Amino acid sequence: MRTRRTTAALAATALAGGLLAGCGSDDGGTPTVNLYNAPQQNLAKIVARCNQQAKGRYRIALNTLPRGADDQREQLVRRLAAGDSGLDVLGLDVTWTAELAEAGWIREWTGANAAQAVRGTLAGPLDTATWQGKLYAAPYNSNVQLLWYRSDLLPEPPATWNGLMAASARLAAEGKAHYGQVTGAQYEGIVVWFNSLVMSAGGRILSQNGERVDLGAPALKALQTMRAFARSKAADPSLSNTKEDEARLAVESGTSAYEINWPFVYASMAENKPKMLPNFKWAPYPGIDGKGRAPLGGANFGVSAYSKHPEASFAAALCLRDPESQRIAATEDGLPPSTESVYDAEGMAKAYPMKQAILDALKTAAPRPKTPTYQNVSTVTAVALSPPRSIDPPRTLSTLRSQITDALQSKGVLP
Amino acid sequence: MSPKATVSEGRRSERKLGWWLCAPAAIVMLAVTGWPIVYSVLLSLQRYDLRFPGRKAWIGLENYGTVLTSSFWWTAFGVTLLITVVSVLIELVLGMAIAVVMYRTLLGRGLVRTVVLIPYGIVTVAAAYGWKYAWTPGTGWLAGLLPDGSAPLTQHWPAIFIIILAEVWKTTPFMALLLMAGLALVPEDALKAASMDGASAWQRFRMITLPLMKPAIVSALLFRILDAFRIFDNIYVLTNGASDTSSVSVIAYHNLIGGLNLGIGSTMSVLIFLAVAIIAFAFVKGLGASAPGQGTGGRR
Repeated sequence: MRTRRTTAALAATALAGGLLAGCGSDDGGTPTVNLYNAPQQNLAKIVARCNQQAKGRYRIALNTLPRGADDQREQLVRRLAAGDSGLDVLGLDVTWTAELAEAGWIREWTGANAAQAVRGTLAGPLDTATWQGKLYAAPYNSNVQLLWYRSDLLPEPPATWNGLMAASARLAAEGKAHYGQVTGAQYEGIVVWFNSLVMSAGGRILSQNGERVDLGAPALKALQTMRAFARSKAADPSLSNTKEDEARLAVESGTSAYEINWPFVYASMAENKPKMLPNFKWAPYPGIDGKGRAPLGGANFGVSAYSKHPEASFAAALCLRDPESQRIAATEDGLPPSTESVYDAEGMAKAYPMKQAILDALKTAAPRPKTPTYQNVSTVTAVALSPPRSIDPPRTLSTLRSQITDALQSKGVLP
Repeated sequence: MSPKATVSEGRRSERKLGWWLCAPAAIVMLAVTGWPIVYSVLLSLQRYDLRFPGRKAWIGLENYGTVLTSSFWWTAFGVTLLITVVSVLIELVLGMAIAVVMYRTLLGRGLVRTVVLIPYGIVTVAAAYGWKYAWTPGTGWLAGLLPDGSAPLTQHWPAIFIIILAEVWKTTPFMALLLMAGLALVPEDALKAASMDGASAWQRFRMITLPLMKPAIVSALLFRILDAFRIFDNIYVLTNGASDTSSVSVIAYHNLIGGLNLGIGSTMSVLIFLAVAIIAFAFVKGLGASAPGQGTGGRR
């Protein structure tokens, strides 16, 4: 009987061992590089192109993460925390670099790989891929928000938030569509809005090294602007529920005169409401007193610290973000390139009539704070700012200060 | 239970063999239930954020202080209690009504019972997505009944109401099933005798049926309260805790998995465990209820 039990135990051990070995074992032959990326319609095309160019040095397997950024991050960090070697190249949101680098989950880019990743890359996007002066990812695509407006309602686009509110009041008095859409729901979008306002007012949420809370007078000004906007004629009643897609739909449906949004709204307007397209124009992100600093978005490629094929992974990541890959992503999926020269590539003028505005905005775009606890900082900030019409500037500012301070030390509780 | 002294040699070795045979199962049980509990208690005493492996340290009860002074935690606690109390009360009343109907149905008894059980048979997450889409403006059939521009899942009270509705819809059949088992305990003769004595239907229900069913009601309530207090999937899908609708389990998940803060997250898990234990204890003591399968009903 005892022997039988021993046999069973041995069998179980063997089985478990077999299962463990089953994950990502492919010694010999072409190494498989597992790419995990957000859903992108034509990414498979880019992957196929790179696989062809690799000529057997590696084979990229495309794995698609969930649609929501939080869900993507959750899946990645959960697996990285467990030391999962099944992840090789990771498509990272620009706000995750510090977190993953600090935890030791992604490899530093050095030598020839780093040099190739840096070459020709715009400064703003490149900065999102660095942490403490070291490069931890290669920029893939970039993004900025612009003011998108209907020129039939606003012949001259206002350059400031106050100008927008005044324009809305004027349109309301004339009985025309007067709402202005901005991402005011309780999520990353409201943090993006706040961050850009603070930076437009000349301040920052966190100090440069990400260790202290800065805020101060510019943040007070930002809060006053948000509150005023949320209580003005410009504010849609569902402002506290508006994400990017709601903003886009509200303008397409004709209830709104303008929106602050990413460039994907242009392609969407062309497809959904081609009749409105001739009057659908873009202008720089609005400022508070002077020029505005548009939110900076985008994605970078990192290489997992637990990857079994780091060299192949670096090579694959470099191919996935080379100028031709970026051109495909830009013209077919509407993702603005992070390499400057790609803006002049073939097909860009047609897909991106606003490419000069994007390039200009990228030069001054407002990056989000860099800290390993960005997730915590963002969550407590979004809660403190919601709903925007209830912002009480001095009081909200002190709440933000204390909660972000806790979040930086990963001390407080997340809602 | 155990006869002493007179145990023969054979019996004793047989019993020893019995223990040996049980041992692997017992050890596995301990390993898979006991160890995680102990481990989370250990984690709750540490500063342990996966993003700062270097700052890991033993900090005693500091995490408990942090959680118990956090307004987010107490908001979630209040929301959890509210959802628990309201949904279980509604389930009790509805479940009782359905149990009586199921018990008394003469025609198509099997069909009625099967139909009533359908919501309970649907995976909670799938049902929750059904509710979510139904209440989403633009696509949902329920949202269409509301005035234009309302998005109930993004506001505190409407969202709480929808969460409770989803819970009630989902678990009332379970309540009804447990209560129906209790109804079977009530002897028909007692009801007939009361009827002869001139008791009305309501009096028979209140004076005879309810007291005799008490053990079944108490265990049904206990099961449901403990379940409802740990509510997670419905909220996770419907609001994911937005506009102050987090339950304690949801907020623990956000800190543990989203925030990667093993210390704070485990502290919350331990607190939830304690709360559940206290509720169960209070129930058993306060209502004089026998734990299911024990006490007076134990010899069934």
